[in-house]
Amino acid sequence: MARLTTLLPRGVSARRPRLWRGAVLACAAAYFLVPLAASVVFTVDVPGKGLSLDAYGQIFRADGFTSSLLLSLELALATIAVVLLLMVPAVVALRLGAPRLRPVVDIVCSLPLVVPPIALVAGIGTVLRWGPEHLAATPFFQTLVAIQNPAFPVVLVLAYTVMALPFVYRALDAGLRAVDVRTLTEAARSCGTSWPRALVHAVLPNLRGALLNASFLTLALVLGEFTVAQLLGFQPFAVWVVNVSGSQAQLSVAVSVLSLLITWALLLALTSFGGGTSRRAAPRRKE
Amino acid sequence: MTSSTTTLTGPAAAAAVPVRRHRSAGWIAVAPLLAFVALSFGAPALAMLGGAFTARDPATGATSYTTANFAASLHGAYLTALLGSVKLSAVSAGIAAVLGLLLAQAVVTSRFRALREAVLTASGVLANFGGVPLAFAFVATLGNSGVLTRQLGLARHGWDLYSFWGLTLTYLYFLIPLMVLTVTPALDGLRSQWREAAQNNGATGAQYWRHVALPVLAPSLLGGLVLLFGSAFAAYATAAAMVGSSVPLVTLQIADAISGNVLLGQENVALALSLDMVAVACLVMAVYLPLQRRSARWLD
Repeated sequence: MARLTTLLPRGVSARRPRLWRGAVLACAAAYFLVPLAASVVFTVDVPGKGLSLDAYGQIFRADGFTSSLLLSLELALATIAVVLLLMVPAVVALRLGAPRLRPVVDIVCSLPLVVPPIALVAGIGTVLRWGPEHLAATPFFQTLVAIQNPAFPVVLVLAYTVMALPFVYRALDAGLRAVDVRTLTEAARSCGTSWPRALVHAVLPNLRGALLNASFLTLALVLGEFTVAQLLGFQPFAVWVVNVSGSQAQLSVAVSVLSLLITWALLLALTSFGGGTSRRAAPRRKE
Repeated sequence: MTSSTTTLTGPAAAAAVPVRRHRSAGWIAVAPLLAFVALSFGAPALAMLGGAFTARDPATGATSYTTANFAASLHGAYLTALLGSVKLSAVSAGIAAVLGLLLAQAVVTSRFRALREAVLTASGVLANFGGVPLAFAFVATLGNSGVLTRQLGLARHGWDLYSFWGLTLTYLYFLIPLMVLTVTPALDGLRSQWREAAQNNGATGAQYWRHVALPVLAPSLLGGLVLLFGSAFAAYATAAAMVGSSVPLVTLQIADAISGNVLLGQENVALALSLDMVAVACLVMAVYLPLQRRSARWLD
């Protein structure tokens, strides 16, 4: 009896799950691949003219493409520099000398998660409007004007850095978990190096994966960011794509496909890279 | 830094100083971060808080404290938008949670490691794929002159991408992968012994899910659900690039009010609406974090 009941379900269940599994996977594949394929078809299939790659050729001749892309890249580099300069010393210090600060940094770096970008930009807009009203006679006013320079809006770097904090903190913290920072620095220090040299030459090389990880995430965030830039009236890449879509639908889809492929290549590189570090980090959850 | 180490003299100083130095060095390393957040995040947050509670008389320019902005943000078109956002986020998060669970289960029980790796990597990529490109991909596929719309004549059947369900279908594109990422670790934590034990006691597959698997999974399922809700609720770029304002959403209303598209002088109502959103996001976090901690218990 016992043998019958154990044999029967197994014989049945071995066949059935494979069917539903196949169906689920097929549906998922269709849902996720069709929009991509359709976008490509949309860009190369000109109604009445047949196949052509014109839309992709137009991208590079389009007005504003180069300047907006360059602006986005510059913003991304500046954001990466600022966020790493702020976060790396902080997370290393949390490991080394100030574990009691961890709750503070935890909270500070999670705060941006509860303020959606649109709420953040509403607040930033309010602060920027103070300028002409209250600060016109003070040097602060010049600062407020300077950070809104359309050629390189520093205010966007500030906003993007805030938005990147949670991701960067998590990436760096996961990377540090796999490294015994204390032993490394103590070894370096007892060999006679100074503190800054110990950090730069002993700790940072071990964090290369986490640093790359954080940089990639920030890059993807800044390149795709639309909300803050549009509402503050600047025109980096994502805003340009939307502005151009009104007149040239095909061009905007072509740019989307292209930017998507680039972003995916970046994120794929990151996940295959980051997957390795997080797996190694997993068994060493001590703190 | 170097000078302070060379000036140390005597054993007492050498023993006492490093401890204190460590501590102060920790503060020094964290201070720039705190200062930066206070400036770039604290100032806008305070401005939002202050602005949401003040009203300004257009004639005299005098400001006064009031809750009128909140009252306005919970009335009329603004209330419709807030409820529209909640409805859209709840529906798309619910659907995405179910479909994501199915997909994750299909992948986890699969014997092919390569398939699992591929789906998880793709999910990591797709979960980060919101915003403008997503909107245009769906416009090109299912919009008024989209490829599928033309090929299948969907317009004749009443299909409209720029509607509630069109937006839901689009949001699922980044919500399902997010769910797969959230729930896969929990599914991995379901031990095969539990299923075997249930089977040996005569339980059917449905009974196993009802009494064993779902209770274990419940915290991570709920946690995933609120996480999806939160990210659908905060989404703006996709909706703005796709539907304009044909679907009432709180993010679109805030954007309109900030840029003065509809009425001038609505900035403070926009701030009140933003604060409403922050309140919802805080609620989401308050539910999500304890659930996440609870579900982590089963994974070790």
